[in-house]
Amino acid sequence: MSSIGTGYDLSASQFSPDGRVFQVEYAVKALDNSGTVIALKGKEGVVFAVEKLVTSKLYEPGANRRIFTIDRHVGMAVCGLIADARQIVDIARREAANYRSQYGVPIPLKYLNDRVSMYMHAYTLYSAVRPYGCSVILSGYDITDGPAMFLIDPSGVSYGYHGCAVGKAKQAAKTEIEKLKLTDMPTQDLVKEAAKIIYLVHDELKDKNFELELSWVSKETNGDHQRVPDNVFVEAEKSAKQAMDAESDSEPEEV
Amino acid sequence: MDYVNDWMNAAESTGTSIMAAEFADGVIIGADSRTTTGAYIANRVTDKLTKVTDHIYCCRSGSAADTQAIADVVSYHLNFHAMELGEQPLVETGAAVFRELCYNYRDSLMAGILVAGWDRKKGGQVYSIPIGGMCVRQAVSIGGSGSSYVYGYVDANYKTGMSKEECVNFVINTLSLAMARDGSSGGVVRIGVITSEGVERRVVLGTELPKFYEG
Repeated sequence: MSSIGTGYDLSASQFSPDGRVFQVEYAVKALDNSGTVIALKGKEGVVFAVEKLVTSKLYEPGANRRIFTIDRHVGMAVCGLIADARQIVDIARREAANYRSQYGVPIPLKYLNDRVSMYMHAYTLYSAVRPYGCSVILSGYDITDGPAMFLIDPSGVSYGYHGCAVGKAKQAAKTEIEKLKLTDMPTQDLVKEAAKIIYLVHDELKDKNFELELSWVSKETNGDHQRVPDNVFVEAEKSAKQAMDAESDSEPEEV
Repeated sequence: MDYVNDWMNAAESTGTSIMAAEFADGVIIGADSRTTTGAYIANRVTDKLTKVTDHIYCCRSGSAADTQAIADVVSYHLNFHAMELGEQPLVETGAAVFRELCYNYRDSLMAGILVAGWDRKKGGQVYSIPIGGMCVRQAVSIGGSGSSYVYGYVDANYKTGMSKEECVNFVINTLSLAMARDGSSGGVVRIGVITSEGVERRVVLGTELPKFYEG
């Protein structure tokens, strides 16, 4: 850090002279150590794919999942510090449940996104707290409005996306996502593409083991968010591995 | 007790005939215009069709004070919610907010409300919230003291998917019959037509009401 920035990173409530809030920037750095999370929005649904890094062989499979269901029609995939993320999951669930009991209808995703964003942003304003070390992606499906997806930063900023990626290999993943024609893709294809991208961007040298997590919320699931059924998962994982093999076979020829 | 009506102390209430019915493009709401204080007619041209949002109205029956107060609170709440959402709230949402108030304060309120309106998701809708704070969706609903005289007429004559004029006439006829039998209902018939376009208001004067057998 250059001399102009030193000493301005001790509190989330202090600007540096050139107008930055370092605590928030450090929070964003926490995401770079986390497994890659991608989300793809197609014609009739949204798919999440998560590369959950497994740091020890002693862990049971399926522990510390990174995809959550917030309400019947809303999913959340998280990246960064898992303990921080679980707090966001909790407040999102409360927000969705409150909305249902107060207004008698499922919470609109746009509104939930506003509420969660505001909550995360509040943690960038006070010296007594630190920003959340996580990004979350919200997905949802509505009969009339179709699929929707939002990504929220530790800063509390959020955008709607057709496709997005966060975590370790977000750059590589984004490049892959940009190659896809997302807007007219059926959900089944999204699952395969998402699995493929996670396998492709996984760094075997640095991180040995990982578990793939897949979930969807779409017209086919009646607008419910759920992890993909076993047969779809196996199929997607198989075609992802095949694609990887095909790629490594062709590599020597390119040289 | 003497025989003089104690209207100075009686609560001002809308001994009423109200109604709401779905038709092809939205909903028709209707009400008589009599407000009574005991036997005294405090207002003969009352408007019991109260605006909540641009596309949601309510028909009020019971205590005039209670229902006006509830409508004000719900109107504030829904219009605030519209700003948060960036779009008009759903009729279902409007009904839920009415229900919440009517149920939570059921011991102190005297309110029977019909919530009706149009939204882009489910089109025209009618929700009935009777005195205990229940909320139920109905294709057609009637309320107030006058309604008891015309349940049979409504059951016999309501059809789904009516045209606008057909439905308006059905509502005017039903209310005229109710007003003829019910002593606490009368005056003019007020009508509201709620569609995607918004609201169209009409009045049928007492002299123009359809006549039926009066034996």
